[in-house]
Amino acid sequence: MSSERAKSTNHLRETDNSGLNYETELTLGLPGESRKQISGTKRRTSDVTELSLGSSNNCKDDHSKNEISTGRAKPLAKTQVVGWPPVRSSRKNVIEKCKYVKVAVDGAPYLRKVDLEMYDSYLKLLNALQKLFTNCLTICNFQSESKLMDLTNGVEYVPTYEDKDGDWMLVGDVPWKMFVDTCKRIRLMKSSEAVGLAPRTPVKSSSTS
Amino acid sequence: MAHSFPEQVLKHLFSFLASDKERNSVSLVCKSWYEIERRCRKSVFIGNCYSVSPEIMIKRFPEVRSVTLKGKPHFADFNLVPEGWGAYVEPWIIAMSRSYPLLEEIRLKRMVVSDESLELISTSFDNFKVLVLLSCEGFTTDGLAAIAANCRNLRELDLGESEVEDLSSDWLSHFPDSCTSLVSLNISCLGPEISFSDLERLIAHSPNLKTLRLSQAVPLEKLPDLLCHASQLVEFGTGAYSSEVRSDIFSNLEEAFSGCKRLEGLSGFWDVEAAYLPAIYPVCSRLTSLNLSYATIQSPDLDKLISQCHNLQRLWVLDYIEDTGLQALAASCKNLEELRVFPSDPFLPEPNVILTEQGLVAVSEGCPKLQTVLYFCRQMTNAALVTIARNRPNMIRFRLCVIEPRAPDYLTLEPLDAGFGAIVEQCKELRRLSLSGLLTDRVFEYIGTHAKKLEMLSIAFAGDSDMGLHHVLSGCESLRKLEIRDCPFGDEALLANAAKLETMRSLWMSSCSVSFGACKLLAQKLPKLNVEVIDEMGPPDMRPESSPVDKLYIYRTVAGPRFDMPGFVWTLNEDAKH
Repeated sequence: MSSERAKSTNHLRETDNSGLNYETELTLGLPGESRKQISGTKRRTSDVTELSLGSSNNCKDDHSKNEISTGRAKPLAKTQVVGWPPVRSSRKNVIEKCKYVKVAVDGAPYLRKVDLEMYDSYLKLLNALQKLFTNCLTICNFQSESKLMDLTNGVEYVPTYEDKDGDWMLVGDVPWKMFVDTCKRIRLMKSSEAVGLAPRTPVKSSSTS
Repeated sequence: MAHSFPEQVLKHLFSFLASDKERNSVSLVCKSWYEIERRCRKSVFIGNCYSVSPEIMIKRFPEVRSVTLKGKPHFADFNLVPEGWGAYVEPWIIAMSRSYPLLEEIRLKRMVVSDESLELISTSFDNFKVLVLLSCEGFTTDGLAAIAANCRNLRELDLGESEVEDLSSDWLSHFPDSCTSLVSLNISCLGPEISFSDLERLIAHSPNLKTLRLSQAVPLEKLPDLLCHASQLVEFGTGAYSSEVRSDIFSNLEEAFSGCKRLEGLSGFWDVEAAYLPAIYPVCSRLTSLNLSYATIQSPDLDKLISQCHNLQRLWVLDYIEDTGLQALAASCKNLEELRVFPSDPFLPEPNVILTEQGLVAVSEGCPKLQTVLYFCRQMTNAALVTIARNRPNMIRFRLCVIEPRAPDYLTLEPLDAGFGAIVEQCKELRRLSLSGLLTDRVFEYIGTHAKKLEMLSIAFAGDSDMGLHHVLSGCESLRKLEIRDCPFGDEALLANAAKLETMRSLWMSSCSVSFGACKLLAQKLPKLNVEVIDEMGPPDMRPESSPVDKLYIYRTVAGPRFDMPGFVWTLNEDAKH
């Protein structure tokens, strides 16, 4: 069984340059894939096995303890293994301000949570969302709008959020801090469905910058 | 058949049986005792809502007045159970609304509760008295408004640490003035807005109120106004405990606390302004319970406070208390039974406080009644654990979390096997244990050999092989709940001890090495178990049988497979059509 451990410690660690060594419970929920798939695309077996072991990554052996702090709101040194240390989220708020919001992706079975206080810009948030929801979501800057795209099937996702008033808005319109304050939850909506939302530069009084 | 006592006599005798265990034993004596007992049982506890169905419960126990249900597995507290997994209370409420018109009490833990369910509760049970929702979610303040408006005899409303969506702050106004029955109100989990005047009015017409836990939204300056209506309080939770430092606020606050002659427990203390701590000094000597786990106060303020609480039996605190504070605690609080030390900032690379194994050792030496411990720290030694075990053979619940996974004894660099081994060997009454640090299969051998009264065991990042799991499953006779994450345990131990699983409430394993094939086999061998695989990757039968499943939850049930599962949960059961 020691080979199991070796496997998991050799595993892919999703370090990225921004120091967001963000590990979440599972890395995949390919967007666009329906939940109750009976016959469907077979997942690549080797990927699947690797990733499911890899999701149990802990950081002991080859994870470097050199913190990469890049102007994040919160200095985060160690890899955050999901659910460790076993502290309830209501307790995590004690020291640092913490604002967890749920993130849903159309078509993915799982919801995730992100702590908005960990980021200080929309770009960093999008980076994190990209990491959270699989390697195949890439940020495309398309006509100066930020979108996420699933490269395997070309489906585009637009990040949207529900604000304090219960309205669904496009992410990116208001100053970052105001967004953090007002965002209740995030949904990566398929572009094709995001038509009815408030336009890019809304004339809403609540979004006075 | 020998003469038996008339039913009336037996019923009367059974009414003296307090615990479910006793009533369960009595019901096994003979058929007629089973029948008599079941018809007069008033209170039912269901530790896993999927282990039995509402219909089965109602059929067996027609006269129930109080129901307790627990839903999601414990690891759900740490985000290991995905949203939508289940534990919906609605079918229970619907069934009970039809069959238990006299129901008085509902207590739920880790369940999903909708506003519709709350509304149904509020209108179905005329004599409804107690609603306790611990770590629940799925409801809003609209549901609470229905409870407030319709439950004329409400005694207890406890929202625990639930996630409540705050739609309006005026739900409290739905309590009619004629409702004076409230004894306990815990709204500490609620959000940033609350109607203070509604709250004040409610408290003013609740002369029987003994427990009041406020939310952070209630400002410090308002506390005297509330406390003057509630000087009979026994348990009080403050809101945010800070304000501009002013002597008039201070003296009002101090006077208000002094007026609470029956106060035994304090909690809350979000956002503490240390200058206001002395306001509670008048009550400290009476306190038996103090929850400072949200209070970011440090020595000397923290130490001064605690040193006055000589009668403390329970203390929850942040690691700001440090070793020195724990030494002071050990010196002043000789009645201490429970200590929980939470981490203030577990993700920092370097420790921000000096809280080590020494603090826990000091408390174990100084507090002879210490029996319940939850301790987060960054370093531990075998020697410390051995000392703690020797000092406190009366330990019942011991949960140690060394923050770094697989951290060894920092002095000898050895695994912590010997230390935890001493704990289970010395503490013969140990019922709950959580392990951490570097641990080999050896520690599980100790546990299997000695921990005969252990009922709940939590394991993370530990062990070398299936032998570890085998020791636990084959040795721990009283084991009811086992939760494991990130351990190299696979198929062998599980299959070899399959029958054990039917004697337990549940088993959780995530990020281990149990294969899909083994899960299927278990499900086939043991039809009274639900073997659930949680996997986001898609249907597990699309992959080779040898692939490990990501998360596995196995529990015994008489209700068969459930049908309310989301798309990422598969029940492996020959009968289940999924």
